[in-house]
Amino acid sequence: MKRSSLVALALIGALGPLLVAGPAAAQSPGVTPTEVKIGNTNPYSGPASAYGTIGKALAAYFTKVNAEGGVNGRKIDFVTLDDGYSPPKTVEMVRRLVEQDQVAFVFQTLGTPTNSAIHKYLNQAKVPHLFVATGATKWGDPQHFPWTMGWQPTYQTEGHIYAQYVLRNVPNAKIGILYQNDDYGKDYVKGIKDGLGEAAKKLIALEQSYEVTDPTIDSQIVNLKNSGANVFYNVTIPKFAVQAIKKAHDIGWKPLHLLNNVSASVDVVLRPAGLEASKDLITALYLKDPTDPQWRNDAGMKDWLVFMQKYYPDGNTKDAFNVYAYTVAQGLVHVLKQCGKDLSRENIMRQAASIKDLALPLLLPGIKVNTSPTDFYPIEQEQLAKFDGERWVLFGEVYDAGKK
Amino acid sequence: MSRAQGWRRAIAPATIAIACALPFLLSNFRLFQFTQVGIYAIALLGLNILTGYNGQISLGHGAFYALGAYTTAIMIDKWNVAYGWTIPVAGLLCLAVGFLFGIPALRLEGLYLALATFALALAVPQILKYFEHWTGGSQGIVLSKPDPPRGLGLSPDQWLYFVTLGVVVVLFVLGANLLRGRTGRAIVAIRDNPIAAQAMGVNGALYKSLTFGVSAAYTGVAGALSALAIAFVAPDAFNVFLSITFLVGIVIGGLASISGAIFGALFIQFVPNWAQEISKAAPWAIYGIFLIVFMYVMPRGIAGSLRLAWTRLARVGGTGRTG
Repeated sequence: MKRSSLVALALIGALGPLLVAGPAAAQSPGVTPTEVKIGNTNPYSGPASAYGTIGKALAAYFTKVNAEGGVNGRKIDFVTLDDGYSPPKTVEMVRRLVEQDQVAFVFQTLGTPTNSAIHKYLNQAKVPHLFVATGATKWGDPQHFPWTMGWQPTYQTEGHIYAQYVLRNVPNAKIGILYQNDDYGKDYVKGIKDGLGEAAKKLIALEQSYEVTDPTIDSQIVNLKNSGANVFYNVTIPKFAVQAIKKAHDIGWKPLHLLNNVSASVDVVLRPAGLEASKDLITALYLKDPTDPQWRNDAGMKDWLVFMQKYYPDGNTKDAFNVYAYTVAQGLVHVLKQCGKDLSRENIMRQAASIKDLALPLLLPGIKVNTSPTDFYPIEQEQLAKFDGERWVLFGEVYDAGKK
Repeated sequence: MSRAQGWRRAIAPATIAIACALPFLLSNFRLFQFTQVGIYAIALLGLNILTGYNGQISLGHGAFYALGAYTTAIMIDKWNVAYGWTIPVAGLLCLAVGFLFGIPALRLEGLYLALATFALALAVPQILKYFEHWTGGSQGIVLSKPDPPRGLGLSPDQWLYFVTLGVVVVLFVLGANLLRGRTGRAIVAIRDNPIAAQAMGVNGALYKSLTFGVSAAYTGVAGALSALAIAFVAPDAFNVFLSITFLVGIVIGGLASISGAIFGALFIQFVPNWAQEISKAAPWAIYGIFLIVFMYVMPRGIAGSLRLAWTRLARVGGTGRTG
């Protein structure tokens, strides 16, 4: 009996401080006349901690907003917690944010599996789940999940764009595909296949995949070359994109090379792979790349650099995630402004679903944020760009997946 | 009966009474956290039976936790089985798999077994992604929280807490009976001196495999409950870190101690959160400091130290008995 008795003692000791009930629910939780409380989870630790900079940059941006007087007189209280990219932890942390911290809404929770774990919960609790940080397609479903909204163009959208480009510009195309074997890679492949439609079977010569834990992808590149493909659809994360560009160059394979946006950074991917080898790559963009020299004198980019120096000096000014975070935070501030005095959850969702032609400084020229009660995909435009050995040169029209 | 002994008798039911009162005192969120404590406690007791009592080190119990969770998720999602049935099925399946894994593991001792089980923990997330048709791949499977029976007036969180508490009580009583009887002595004897145990007529191979099976079954049941509590399963939830967390839990709680599983569960549930409250910048450094301090101050785990303290108190009080 001794051990169980000890259990009891310890339980009493441990529970004492926890027995205090949470604050009573207000009319609009998380909103006071001087403050609005926003919840967020990010992987500050664990396998996906490279994304952690997004959470830090968001917090830095809201510090800037507060220093400049807040939004409609209200300061933003941004509560961001570490979930280590583990779905059960995300559930616990988001429940804490909603039930204990009483946030007004949840914003930019990061990751596809992590957001999947809280998708149903937030919709049942009727808490806005705004601008989630994932490129999966399932976040824009207002009919079934009226409280959840995406942000960035989906991977499938991007695949569509490449498909259209190939259909229009490459007669006798034979497409070789290299993709990462997970939901990200498969979404991209589905996108191009859907875009090619009937022709997909005929045009795709070979599909090769790799695991994120593989050391190299050299043999896949050789196989793709040997398949006789003249179009290379490269769906890889930066580490493998560098290898793929180098290897293709080394073995003298010169296909039309379509590189996914995930790896479009000049400094992180193209420079290490070799600028000569990277020449004539094509990608689809929606944000300005902080390492692309063409934006050096861009007003928006300059403001961003000032912001980074002042509010997030530890942040990497070459990291596109920091541009991403800055832009999505501006999108949110726009929604809060549009809400005016009414920060009820219903109104926040209503305003998030009525963004009209919002241009943000670090979106490419011509790309605008648009939502409606039936369109929960805020950014659906991208533009193709070709690498000229130094910078991405935009060409063609801005492609809009929202207009079909 | 000495006064100290009387106290001890009273405290077991008191613990359960307090546990039963919690749902009416705590917010749903806190209750959810305590549900997780209960779930972890089951998993830790399972691992403690194997590592603490039997001396076999496993760095791969996250794999059995995952197997239990996915058994429940797939049965509910694909075949619409009532959730109550999925818990024993998950336990039995893990019992069988654990037993079978225990047979080849007989050839591996100590650190070699630790490595073999570590491989299991590494492999599981990828295996789950491979059988996409069943497991939903990296997207996972979304479930609904079990509804409480009508007429009880409980919230889903309260109901889930009571279900978990019920399973905890049953499994802890079973575990205590198993470990304190003849079987328990055999399990411990194998750890302390395998040759002597064999000489006494203990079938070492059979006992070790069975212990592995029982341990896996406990952890599998915990996994099944976790699938219900989280209402979602995905490979990212069952990485290597989970297995290591379990090992941390039993060592901090107290090796070869039944109550240690509960202390360990409280530790792995709440300490990472406290660490984050203390420092956002380096929560794992704080967690590491907690670990070192605990190990330094309580080298035999929380349960071991409390036992020692209790013994001393009892001696000071003049009862002198420790039974």
